Amino acid sequence: MSDLKPLTPLGGDIARLDQIGVLRIAENPNLAIASLAARKGRSADVAQTVKAALQIELPQPGKSRRTVTHTVWWMGPDQWMLSAEHNAHELLADEVKAIVGDAASVTEQTDAWCCFEVSAHCEHGAASSEAALFALFERLCAVDVSQMVVEDATRTSIHHTGCFLIRKEDGFCVIGPRSSAGSLHHALVEVAGGLG
Amino acid sequence: MSVNRLHGGLIDHTTALSFSFDGKTYQGQAGDTLASALLANGVRLMGRSFKYHRPRGVMTAGSEEPNALVELRTGGRQEPNTRATTVELFDGLTARSQNHIGSLKHDLLAVNDLFPSFLSAGFYYKTFMWPRAFWEKLYEPAIRRAAGLGSVSFEDDPDAYDKGFLHCDLLVIGAGPAGLMAALTAGRAGARVILAEEDFLLGGRLIAETQSVGDMSGADWTAQMQAELASMDNVRIMARTTVFGAYDHGVYGAVERVSDHLAVPEAGKPRQILWRIYSKRAIVCAGALERPIAFENNDRPGVMLAGAMRTYANRWAATPAKEVVVFANSDDGHRTAKDLIAKGLTVPAVVDTRADAPDMAGTEVLKGAQIINTKGRHGVTAVTVRLANGTTREISCGAVANSGGWNPNLGLTCHQRGRPVWDEAIHAFVPGGDLPMGQSVAGAANGVMSTHGALETGTTAAIAALGDLGITATAPDLPQVEDRPANLSPFWYVSGAKRAWVDFQNDVTVKDVKLAHQEGFRSVEHLKRYTTLGMATDQGKTSNVTGLAVMAERTGKSIPETGTTIFRPPYVPVAMGTLAGRSVGKEFHPTRLTPSHHWAAEQGAEFVEVGNWLRAQYFPRKGETHWRQTVDREVLATRASVGVCDVTTLGKIDVQGVDAAEFLNKIYANGFAKLAVGKVRYGVMLREDGIAYDDGTAARLAEDHFVVTTTTANAVTVYRNMEFARQCLFPDMDVQLISTTEAWAQYAVAGPNSRKLLQKLVDPGFDISNEAFPFMGCGEITICGGLRARLFRISFSGELAYEIAVPTRYGDALMRRLMEEGEEFNVTPYGTEALGVMRIEKGHAVAAELNGTTTAANLGMGRMVSKKKDSIGSTLSERDGLNAEGDLRLVGLKPVQSGEVVAGAHLMNATGPVDAKHDQGYVTSAAYSPILETSIGLGFLKDGANRMGETLRMVNPLEGQEVLVEVVSAHFVDPEGGRLRV
Repeated sequence: MSDLKPLTPLGGDIARLDQIGVLRIAENPNLAIASLAARKGRSADVAQTVKAALQIELPQPGKSRRTVTHTVWWMGPDQWMLSAEHNAHELLADEVKAIVGDAASVTEQTDAWCCFEVSAHCEHGAASSEAALFALFERLCAVDVSQMVVEDATRTSIHHTGCFLIRKEDGFCVIGPRSSAGSLHHALVEVAGGLG
Repeated sequence: MSVNRLHGGLIDHTTALSFSFDGKTYQGQAGDTLASALLANGVRLMGRSFKYHRPRGVMTAGSEEPNALVELRTGGRQEPNTRATTVELFDGLTARSQNHIGSLKHDLLAVNDLFPSFLSAGFYYKTFMWPRAFWEKLYEPAIRRAAGLGSVSFEDDPDAYDKGFLHCDLLVIGAGPAGLMAALTAGRAGARVILAEEDFLLGGRLIAETQSVGDMSGADWTAQMQAELASMDNVRIMARTTVFGAYDHGVYGAVERVSDHLAVPEAGKPRQILWRIYSKRAIVCAGALERPIAFENNDRPGVMLAGAMRTYANRWAATPAKEVVVFANSDDGHRTAKDLIAKGLTVPAVVDTRADAPDMAGTEVLKGAQIINTKGRHGVTAVTVRLANGTTREISCGAVANSGGWNPNLGLTCHQRGRPVWDEAIHAFVPGGDLPMGQSVAGAANGVMSTHGALETGTTAAIAALGDLGITATAPDLPQVEDRPANLSPFWYVSGAKRAWVDFQNDVTVKDVKLAHQEGFRSVEHLKRYTTLGMATDQGKTSNVTGLAVMAERTGKSIPETGTTIFRPPYVPVAMGTLAGRSVGKEFHPTRLTPSHHWAAEQGAEFVEVGNWLRAQYFPRKGETHWRQTVDREVLATRASVGVCDVTTLGKIDVQGVDAAEFLNKIYANGFAKLAVGKVRYGVMLREDGIAYDDGTAARLAEDHFVVTTTTANAVTVYRNMEFARQCLFPDMDVQLISTTEAWAQYAVAGPNSRKLLQKLVDPGFDISNEAFPFMGCGEITICGGLRARLFRISFSGELAYEIAVPTRYGDALMRRLMEEGEEFNVTPYGTEALGVMRIEKGHAVAAELNGTTTAANLGMGRMVSKKKDSIGSTLSERDGLNAEGDLRLVGLKPVQSGEVVAGAHLMNATGPVDAKHDQGYVTSAAYSPILETSIGLGFLKDGANRMGETLRMVNPLEGQEVLVEVVSAHFVDPEGGRLRV
């Protein structure tokens, strides 16, 4: 394997972790991402082959699906993003291309993005944790975050950068442009710090 | 206890707060506003009026205040034009009066008040006409100096501001009786409710009045409601929040004053938050605003609105004076008198314009009487009353409670040009039918002037609004309320007054309105602009209707026939800092960092903003004292051996699909269908109108797979245009697009030793020799022991060069490795400046040449626009106007002897006039070429291709430059391109 040492999107050797009050903002560089776009008239083939190979359904607009190894979310008509752990699936795009063949176009997107896993752990219980998350994201984006249920996924603008926002069991996953990771992180941390 | 502090109220009498006003220290109580605390301390004079600098005191108890505008705090937190009536008192508050020269009591500019006839409405239209030159130099500066409202410190505001987004089924605006019932009804029905209240306490008039609600005080009933609402997860109570604008599709703007009531915000917390509220339905429960009766000298400190007077007494236990005369045209004034008497104050008389006014205990009601003047230098000391029998009586007092009726608070109902309609029953405008989408109005804001009516309509409005959303709500039991009709008899102003004030903030009198009529400015819009009525920051909340009434009387029309004005957002002024939110300073916009940014910063690189990107501009070394030294070194080193430049910022678009090649044939003016796999081609894109707008390369990685590169500036535009073409122009093509700009760290490795350097990194098994990997070749390889990479043999510098791309996370390490391995070749990192010099030396076009007016032909690339196929813009590029004989052509320019070529300068013939008519072209780019050791430039010249060797004058009349330049080929370095192919 290559001896070139990777950096995280925030420029560190290891992932950044911020604990601000009950909120935890964790940079997640361990993410391989590939875009999947069905070729003309091949949507059903793509859905079928992906389902068969990865046991995951390609979701409808506004939704994501998750298995132990993979996550997939809707990005546009006949377009999805697939992600998996970078450590185990660095060549995810090649893996997916091997599955879908000429039924879809697959593009490596791994390092086009940065990812922040935002969760809350409040001693007063799940409702309070959720409230802290909602308080954070209602200050960051126009999405009606409190109405998002687990697996909801949407595209939104945070601090003028186009991001994906995915609702997970323990919080939200923010996926934004890698080159603006610093600005995005600054927005997350600054707002979180002001919530008190 | 302060001199005018009463008992009771909703303030905390046990918690004293110290504050200063105009340098003098006072004590207020927790729960006070600045206005109530000043009144309690016997301070009636709080400011000077806008134009005449007349002494003014507080008039209202809310955000409609036109008079008591003050400067708060000091230093970076200094804030002018804040309303003393809405400022929550905190310990250590510093406030100052404004708009005066000298002290507040002895304002030198009060001289204006001695010459009112010179300063009447429209005075500046008439007065400062001559001599013409004096306007800019003398009149305007003098007027601006005199007319300013408040001042700013010019220091940075140290506080943070934020923004946010909220969503609800029902937005209830105002938490008075109507708003509380609307929120309760909707909350109990399970709807998502936001209850926004401008005040720091809920209740509206309920906490200002003494009437009972459901056998308890209004304040207690409000507290009960608030407790129930607060217990509901689906209800969000937002106090200190002003909804200032109603926008499209149920969107409302609101400002939450998170920390304004504190000396300094809590750590990290914002001062204010700008909220965008997405509501499915909204109910405006903003109540009503009292209007004054206009009479002679009705602006003296101590003359206040009657409703405000009893609010101060009942809620804040404060009064402007111990003796208060009431002036009214309805029973509402009597209510004030009753409350003041109950508080132990003396009401010498109720001056009631109605001949049939009722009597009341504890004071004398002067029926059919009018106040015709007031006395007192800095505050009222007496009023003169004209009795019904025509005689006059002078009554000593320290304040006047003035009540001319109530106007529904219409602001938010008009924000989308909804026009109010006149309601004869209450003699006021009420909301018309054309409300913003999803909005309804309840309570006094809708002209329902009883508390019971407010409670009831709040409920019914909520039920109706939720019904639209399919949510069933039931009406809560309504509490019993003491209500009495006001029996208002319209009375707008006392006739015969010399100066009776209508618009207090802009100093507009009854006489001004009459003057407007006399001079023909009779439409409401003309009246407003001629007199400035309603144009101050209070938007005429207390004055508009009275002004209309005066105009109506002059025109002999009814008020509705005369017309009305509508309101625009914001309902109250919103600070610029609030609108900016977090987008200030370095965070004004997000930045984009290149993969080598951290390494470049370690090298001491200077960075330049390119859109949001920060690119290394040059890498200064020890001993270099001027940027040109650095750039020259970088250019020479690259051309002599090898240099490396981060070119990640160039747009990269992944194009796949069966029809990918055919699609690119449409996008590019030149052909791409036959490009072989493993090859790169330079291409030009045209706009629909035939103008060239971007250039770059496309590499064919497979039959159905290309990577298109764009210029940094046009990365988004090209991607957007390609996506538009894919979806809308060529929907039948099988093609898929996605940006991969950030996914790959891409470096240009340029110079005669570039191959040798790269060979040290490329894994065995990949041959990058000239034969195996020739100019304009591309391929997927591995480097440094197995890392996937893409290699393109393309050159922007004109040297043997490559661009190598690896996944971005490895970009930093690759740059470091290139520097380590390149040491033996004296490898040099170079920035955008050296990049620019080398591309000018090579004659490559960038945005300066693709400037939105130039064609491929102008750029000398006319033959690239293929006639064998159709592509976007190709047909219109053939227009006659773009293909005239002698058109501009890209040429190179260099000084004949000395001097510099300057970008932006124009080209003129060697002899003849220098003017636009004789313009021969212009310079687009210029640089010093360390290779040629001279200044060089690129430019467009008429018939340029046929003028090689000609001498022209390069002129820059703005800076007096004129340099003789020679027209040469745009390819200064290696015009045959031999270096590229070795």
